[in-house]
Amino acid sequence: MDRLLFGDNQFFGVNHMSEEKARAQAMRFQDLDAVMEVLDIAYDEGITTFMCTTHERIAQIAELVRSNPARYSDFTFYPGMPYAHKYADAVTENGMLGAVRKFLPEEGVMNAVVRGGTSIARKDVEGLITLLIDAEMAMFKGLSTPVIWLQNVVVDLLLGLGFTDAFAIFAKHVRKRYGAEPGFITMNLPSLLDALDDAGIENPIVCSNINKLGFRMSGGIEAYQNALTHRKFRAVAMSVFASGAIPPREAIEWVSEQANIESIVFGASSRANIRSTKQLVDEFSGQR
Amino acid sequence: MIRVGVVGLGKMGLSHLAMIKAHPDVDVVAVVDSTGYILDVLSKYTGVTTYTDYQTMLDSVELDAILIATPTRFHGPMVRSALEHGLSVFCEKPLTLTSAESMSLATLADEKGVVTQVGYHNRFVGAFAEVKALLDAGAIGRVTHILAEAYGPVVLKPKGSTWRSQRTEGGGCLYDYAAHPVDLLSWYAGAPIGVGGTVLGSVFSENTEDEVFSTLYYPSGVSAQLSVNWSDESYRKMTTQITITGTAGRIHADRQEVQVYLRDSAPDIAGYDRGWNVRYTTELTDNVWFYLRGEEYSAQLDHFVRRVGNRELADTNSFASAVVTDRVLELLTIDAQAGPSTVDADAVVPTPASTKRRLFARRG
Repeated sequence: MDRLLFGDNQFFGVNHMSEEKARAQAMRFQDLDAVMEVLDIAYDEGITTFMCTTHERIAQIAELVRSNPARYSDFTFYPGMPYAHKYADAVTENGMLGAVRKFLPEEGVMNAVVRGGTSIARKDVEGLITLLIDAEMAMFKGLSTPVIWLQNVVVDLLLGLGFTDAFAIFAKHVRKRYGAEPGFITMNLPSLLDALDDAGIENPIVCSNINKLGFRMSGGIEAYQNALTHRKFRAVAMSVFASGAIPPREAIEWVSEQANIESIVFGASSRANIRSTKQLVDEFSGQR
Repeated sequence: MIRVGVVGLGKMGLSHLAMIKAHPDVDVVAVVDSTGYILDVLSKYTGVTTYTDYQTMLDSVELDAILIATPTRFHGPMVRSALEHGLSVFCEKPLTLTSAESMSLATLADEKGVVTQVGYHNRFVGAFAEVKALLDAGAIGRVTHILAEAYGPVVLKPKGSTWRSQRTEGGGCLYDYAAHPVDLLSWYAGAPIGVGGTVLGSVFSENTEDEVFSTLYYPSGVSAQLSVNWSDESYRKMTTQITITGTAGRIHADRQEVQVYLRDSAPDIAGYDRGWNVRYTTELTDNVWFYLRGEEYSAQLDHFVRRVGNRELADTNSFASAVVTDRVLELLTIDAQAGPSTVDADAVVPTPASTKRRLFARRG
C-alpha cells in the first residue's frame, strides 16, 4: 500500500465537524467534473490510490477511469463496502429481508437465486454475503482493486454481535474471487484485532481513527498505541486531523511518530491542501 | 455482570444488541424476535440464546434488565410484563402511544424500584448536553424562544411495507422522528402549557404524516416552534437542530457543533467570550467503550447499565421524563385535528383540478 491514500468523504457531504461545511461540499461536488478535477489533482501529485465507498456516483468515476486507461494507468481503487446508507434506508422501507432481496445482483439472476435462495433457506450466510460483495463490486469490473474494505458500520456491528465468521467469509471471498487483500475499517481497533485473530485472519489490513486527540478511538489512545506496537497487522490511519480539530503539521507529525502505520488516508478538496498534506507526510516519513 | 435480554431485532434492536453485547459489564442471556430468520442466523453464528415468544423468555431466564426495541405499539404490554417481573427496562422511544399508559408504567416502575430509561439518545450528544449546561448557567439570559428542527431522508415514496409507515403501529413522522426534537424541547423548556397551529402534513405517505409543524407555549412567556420533515433527502441523514433565543444571546446547535452568540449583558461563562463562540463535537464528546454509529448510542446504554448497577446515580431519560414528551406528542395529535384557529370567512377554497387523479389516488 502507498503511504498516502485519498479518501472520498468530502465528495459526499460527510464532515464530522460542521453540517454547513458538509452541505457546501455536497453542493460543490454534485457535479462529477468537480469530483474528477480534485481526483486528477491528487493523482498528478502522486496520490494514485482512491479509497472510496460504493456510492452510486463512484460507479460514474469508475467508468471515467475505465474509459481513459492512458490517463489513469496507475489509478487504483480501494473500494469499501457496503455503502451503508442505501441498506439502512432499504431496511426502513422494506424490512430486513426485503432489503437483502432488493440488493441481489440483477445480472445472473438464476445464479443469484440459487446462491441466495438456498443460503436463505439453510440459514447459511456465506452465499448471501458473497452475493452482496459481488453486487457491490460490479461497478469496478476491469479496474485495479488490490484492497477491498468492509466498512466500519458493518465491521463494528458484526464485531459487537460476535459474528466473527462473517469476517472470514469476507476475507476468503475477496481473496479468491478478486485476488484482493481484505481490509477492515473499525472504530474499535483493539477489540477488532482480537476478533480477526479468532477468525483466523493473519496480518490483516485494518483502518481506524488514529489522531493526537484520541477522537473516536474506542478503548483510548494508549490501547491503540499498544496495539500498533505489539500486534501483527497492517495499520491504515484515518481521521488523522480529527476533522480539522488538529492543525495539519501537528497532526501529521504525531501520526508519523506512531509505530507501524503503513498508510494514511485523508480527504481534501483543494490543490493547496492536497499538496501540503503530501509534503508534510513526505517530510515526516523521511525522518522515521 | 448485569444480565440483559434484548427484544426486537429491527434496525435499532440489532444495533443495540451489538453495542450492549460488547459492554464489559453485560451478559446478554436472551434475544427475542417474532420472526425466525435473523434470530436463527444469530443463534447459529453468535451462540446467543433465542426465543420467539417474549413471555416464555421472561419465565425461563434470570434477568436483571430488558432492552425493548419492538414497534411502538408493543412497548406498553411488554414493558408492563418486564416491570411485573421486577426488571429494569430500557425502552426505545417513544415509550408508548398514550401519555396515560406511559404515566402508569412510570408509576409501576417507581413502585418496583427499578431503573428505567427511554432511548432519546440526543440527551447523550455532547453538543446538546452543552446547550443544557449553558441554559442551566443562564448563559443567554431569559429564554424567549426555541426553534426545534429535524430533517432527513426516511420516507421518499408513497408506499412502505414496514410498521414505520402505519400510524396505528406508532409509525409516522410525529412519533418516529419528531419525538426527538420534541424531547429536546422537554429537556430544555419542560412541559408546555399548550400547543397551537399544529400541522401534520403528508409529502408522500398515504397512512401517516411526513411533516410536523407546531407552536408550543411554555410558562413565563417562553414559546417554541417545531419544524420536522422526514421526506427530505437534501439532508444526507437525520439532522436535528436547536436554536434558542434569549435576552443575553443566542445558541444554535446540531450534533456536530454549538454556536453561541453572547451579548455584552451575558453573565461570565467559563470558556466563553462575548460575541461568537464555537464548540465542536471533537471537544464535546467523550470516547465510549464501543463505537457503532455515534457515541450517544453507546453512551445511553452505558448510562443505563451503570444505573442498574448503582441505583443511586442520577437518571437521564427515565420513564417519568419520557411521559412529558409522550404527552406533547398527544397534544400535537389533538391540535392538528382542530385545523386553523382563526379562519378567514371570505377565503375561497379552490376545487381540485382533476377528478381522474383522485380516482387513481383512491385505487392506489
